[in-house]
Amino acid sequence: MSKLQLTVNGKSYEVDVPESRMLAEVLRQDLGLTGTKIGCEEAECGLCTVLVNGTPVTSCVYPAFRAQGAEIVTIEGLSEPAPAAEADPMTELKLHPLQKAFIEHGAVQCGFCTPGVIMTAKALLDEDPNPDEDAIKAALKDTLCRCTGYNSIINAVKSAASELRGEGPIPWGGVDAQLPPLKVVGHSVPPQEVVDKVTGHAKYADDYVFEGMLFGRTLRAAYPHARIKRIDTSKANALPGVHAVLTHEDIPGDNIHGLIYDDWPVLAAEKVRYMGDPVAIVAADTEEIAAEALGLIEVDYEPLPVVSGPLQAAQPDAPIVHEEWKGGNLLKHIKVRHGDIERGFAEADVIVEREYHTPTTDHAFMEPECSLAVPAGYDAEHPKLTVYVGSQIPYEDRRQIARALALPEDQVRVRGTLIGGGFGGKEDIAGQIHAALLAQATGRPVKMRYTRQESLLFHPKRHATVIRVKAGATRDGQLTAVQAELYGDGGAYASLSDKVMTRATTHATGPYAVPNAKVDCYVMYTNNPPSGAFRGFGVTQSAFAVEQTMDILAQELGIDPVDFRRDNALRVGATTVTGQVLRESVGLLETIKRVARDMNRGDPESFLWGWREGNKAYGWGFACAYKNTGLGGGAPDRATAEVEVFPNSTAEVRISSADMGQGLSVVLAQVAAEELGLPPERVHVLLSDTDLTPDGGPTTASRQTYMSGNAARYAADAVRQALATVAAEHLGVAPDALVFAEGQVRANGSAVPLGQVVEWMRAQGQDAKVRYTYDAPKTQPLGTGGDMHFAFSFATQAAFVEVDLETGEVRVLRIIAASDVGRAINPKMLEGQVEGGIVMGMGNCLTEEFIMEEGVPWSTFLARYRVPHITQTPKITSHIVESPTAEGPFGAKGVGELTSINPSPAIANAVYHATGVRVYRIPIDQDALLRAIKGGKKEVHATWHDVK
Amino acid sequence: MLWKHYHTPSTVQEALELLRSYQGRARVVAGGTDLLLDIRFGNVQAPEALIDITRIDKLHQLEADETVLYVGAGVTHAQIARSELVRSRAACLAEGCGVVGGPQVRNVATLGGNVAHALPAADGTTALTALDAEAEVVLDGERQWLPLRELYQGPGQSLLDHGRDLLLRFRVPLCGANEGSAFSRIMRPQGVALPILGGAAWVRLDESGAHYQDVRVCIGPVAKTPTRATAVEEVLRGQLVDDSALERAVSVALETLHPRTSKYRATKAYRREMIAVILRRILPRAVQRARSSAAVPQVRA
Ligand SMILES: Cc1cc2nc3c(=O)[nH]c(=O)nc-3n(C[C@H](O)[C@H](O)[C@H](O)COP(=O)(O)OP(=O)(O)OC[C@H]3O[C@@H](n4cnc5c(N)ncnc54)[C@H](O)[C@@H]3O)c2cc1C
Ligand code: FES
Ligand code: FES
Repeated sequence: MSKLQLTVNGKSYEVDVPESRMLAEVLRQDLGLTGTKIGCEEAECGLCTVLVNGTPVTSCVYPAFRAQGAEIVTIEGLSEPAPAAEADPMTELKLHPLQKAFIEHGAVQCGFCTPGVIMTAKALLDEDPNPDEDAIKAALKDTLCRCTGYNSIINAVKSAASELRGEGPIPWGGVDAQLPPLKVVGHSVPPQEVVDKVTGHAKYADDYVFEGMLFGRTLRAAYPHARIKRIDTSKANALPGVHAVLTHEDIPGDNIHGLIYDDWPVLAAEKVRYMGDPVAIVAADTEEIAAEALGLIEVDYEPLPVVSGPLQAAQPDAPIVHEEWKGGNLLKHIKVRHGDIERGFAEADVIVEREYHTPTTDHAFMEPECSLAVPAGYDAEHPKLTVYVGSQIPYEDRRQIARALALPEDQVRVRGTLIGGGFGGKEDIAGQIHAALLAQATGRPVKMRYTRQESLLFHPKRHATVIRVKAGATRDGQLTAVQAELYGDGGAYASLSDKVMTRATTHATGPYAVPNAKVDCYVMYTNNPPSGAFRGFGVTQSAFAVEQTMDILAQELGIDPVDFRRDNALRVGATTVTGQVLRESVGLLETIKRVARDMNRGDPESFLWGWREGNKAYGWGFACAYKNTGLGGGAPDRATAEVEVFPNSTAEVRISSADMGQGLSVVLAQVAAEELGLPPERVHVLLSDTDLTPDGGPTTASRQTYMSGNAARYAADAVRQALATVAAEHLGVAPDALVFAEGQVRANGSAVPLGQVVEWMRAQGQDAKVRYTYDAPKTQPLGTGGDMHFAFSFATQAAFVEVDLETGEVRVLRIIAASDVGRAINPKMLEGQVEGGIVMGMGNCLTEEFIMEEGVPWSTFLARYRVPHITQTPKITSHIVESPTAEGPFGAKGVGELTSINPSPAIANAVYHATGVRVYRIPIDQDALLRAIKGGKKEVHATWHDVK
Repeated sequence: MLWKHYHTPSTVQEALELLRSYQGRARVVAGGTDLLLDIRFGNVQAPEALIDITRIDKLHQLEADETVLYVGAGVTHAQIARSELVRSRAACLAEGCGVVGGPQVRNVATLGGNVAHALPAADGTTALTALDAEAEVVLDGERQWLPLRELYQGPGQSLLDHGRDLLLRFRVPLCGANEGSAFSRIMRPQGVALPILGGAAWVRLDESGAHYQDVRVCIGPVAKTPTRATAVEEVLRGQLVDDSALERAVSVALETLHPRTSKYRATKAYRREMIAVILRRILPRAVQRARSSAAVPQVRA
């Protein structure tokens, strides 16, 4: 321990810390300044950026003692307490222009990157008061954001620069939604947490600290597939500072968890099935001691042959991953049968058949998983076992924790913290059960923070797939049949494989009216990381295959790819391949029209899909997509919300649903505010607490705006009706004559505050509080026809790419998008979803692949798993199509996943039009593409993992 | 697990004494962007002490006389990329250092660390090689100047013992009249951000600017250590500056340089294509700079 003196945000500190401390640790742990975030500890993500003597550095690799005596500025130092007149209405603070601009431009979603991005941008503006777009991109080159897609960040930085120069901020550009806004719905209300997110005060799981807290770590498997012969924890137990070492023998309840299938041991017992399998867990005084203890645990393994991919898994002699599973390695065979496939192909004049490969990918949400468990009765705030976690499904967490700990569910409380991005990757259990086990075993709070490297190793990924598509059409361009066969890599445990691959299967023929279809999907167990939910939910994969096939087919027919799609597009009255007749809310044609118009196709004579200029080739690519809203497939889909109005004329919406940055809280506030006639800032939203909020169901399947939105809306409506009854009595008018507006109840020219009516209600012994359970329209299981889903969203995108003919490098210059979302409840949040989805989709096509070598992950560093950087972000033009769905809240349907689906096929189609080479495997490999271009080949079937 | 002591000496003497006192159990750290990550992820065993050289003023100096640039080993890539002097008279070094990592990394990572880490195609290294730089080191207690290439013994293997020796500064001839240089590299958007291929060229033209008088080219990785493409240099010397000379240089490069396939980075075939691309990018740019060298600003003392 040595003395370290620092000035942080103008305040002088002296701490006594080990000389091995990094600056980030001192700031977060020793000084409690948790605004500085940790995303990788590899100097890759930039989230830990702070200014040291004015210079931006990544504090995760900056030795604290190098900063001895230095002046440090962190995100907490940008805003200052302000006299009331200058303070932001939502806080007591005077925000820095960057902080204001990030709010104004919607550059904050999950907010986990925001401190790092703002600090990096601050350093830029300190040096260059008028940076152009290139300068902004250069400065933020290595500061990642996984949510926004970066365009809003660029706009925010420009705006702040303008304000700092004294030229005033630049207002947000808006979107072209068509439906006239209502009083609250349709307006871009800022979310309630946004000020905390830009000031560094927002609390994510790792930002919570409790007195006496221990740190947990997990010992993971040493082989992708092995039998466990012996586990000896005695040496680890004896290490000073270790408080508990637990194995499968120490689990009080069932040693199993899982979302749909219970097949995933809490701690491996007989076998390990992938490299991320947990074998033992440790709680110790510090993370370092816990890590050291892991090294002292002895495990004897008998390595088993490895199942490294779905095709191998399907071989008759393949090793078996789950001996107890009835289907061998076949986790599920999913079928779609529609019409008569033989006849369909017989009617076709042209038939094409191709095979595509999509990779395993990682969510790379910027916040690695963290769970913090406090044992029952630890202090007054924690009478029961409480787990703090940023989870997409708090009630499922509770169920699974209770089961493993052999506790009644109501003896466990899951308290959702803010979530630094999820994208489907925070639905499965991570450290929740382990932290709870360790807390119970030690009687102390235990924090399990995963490093980025552990997160990459452990958590469920996007399914790698092999997809064969055969499609036929008549000369005049009518699709007659589509047949597809999909192999999905389900990984070691089922997770949500069943549902995800069902979606891949049902969407495998694209958003078209296909009279005859046959799709077979085989999801296989392998010794790779489990595959689960990931934005796009299987449709990302099948769209890559089918949308390229549609282009190929159109070309063979000599028909323009846009016309071909338009002719076959789903529309009202059409039947999907699962037998669902679409009765309303099909905006696909409109999205095609808008995108086509923007591509400058006004003059079809001069429009070119692709051309060359010097050493560059340019091309346009087109792709359509659709995505269900809600669980569907016959699964009961329900959400319960509670709305309460208080005497001070504010309200609270309570629901367990998760806001992982997509903006659910503000959507719920707006919906309730609209119903109650309140300004939205007077509606507080409480999310994700299994004791205080009713079950909103999983935050998945783009369902929350619709499901929780409806639950909140109907609950608010019921409260309003109850208030109206009471107000009508007191004011002597009929309830219908009352108007709820601006926080008042008005009738005949007189007005009382809403809170007054609440007082009247309370005087009658009633709370102005209603709990409402919304049941979605009933859906049918796959194979039974009828409505498999209660709503679909539709999107069309065009990608414009540049291919460097010397290097094969592909750059996406522009994306034009049109998205039918039913209704834009909050246009700014919606724009964020659209742009963020597009850039994530671009990553899927160009940069991302989680590589495994015989079950052993190679991509266990963020440096080896690259997500799009700001320098790669294209110019995005986004159109909003509002084709309302009658049952949705104010017409809204899901949007969260939709726009991430089109980019991969749109970019691949564009690369084809630019170069004449079709890419059947992503991510697109410039090496293979260039060799194909030079070698006069027409197809690329390899990617960079083949470079060996 | 981690180091126990972190020292921030303020003179070279002090740093050397500290190293000596730990008898090999200490290690030099500059920006730490290679070393600290290697320690964190277990590629390098943590030493008992780290000797941080970032407070040694002498190692941070970027200075020049009429013809020679001295870059302290502790000068950061950001300082180099920003320096007007380097940009105009050792342009390829500014370009090479300017693309290392992102701004936060460049603000701490040093040219000395880039060289001492001893990767064959680190961006600073490639540029220094083409500029025919020398390094001043304290090697086994002895202060001396060495040609840069002598510091490299293999991928990641430096002549310097990081627990004993110190890299002090680089000596780089500045481009004068009719001289110019350029750097370029090819990356891929997937996987580790190491260049697929990087290259730097330095040229001196004759008075008229029509002929190559002298040329130095470094392209890598094509060997275990950074290497000059001497055959390419040879074929250009004395030649008229035109496309056919450039294309001859390309074909000689393809005959004499033998890049390998590296896993998840690039195939041999692709790298061969990139040799041509890089030469066609850097040579004309270096020539152009040589021809406009009259505009090079005065050296500031
Ligand atoms: C995100 C990221 C991106 C990167 N991108 C690039 C890139 O694009 N191109 C590239 O070339 N590199 C890149 N690097 C690698 C690294 O940043 C550079 O090699 C850098 O120049 C290393 O310098 P440093 O000061 O950080 O070295 P350190 O890590 O401090 O030291 C590296 C080695 O040199 C020794 N050493 C350092 N200084 C001295 C000295 N004066 N005397 C004796 N020994 C010494 C150390 O003991 C250690 O062994 C990247 C790194 C990261 C983290
Ligand atoms: S760069 Fe420091 S946490 Fe990622
Ligand atoms: S808002 Fe940038 S990572 Fe979530």
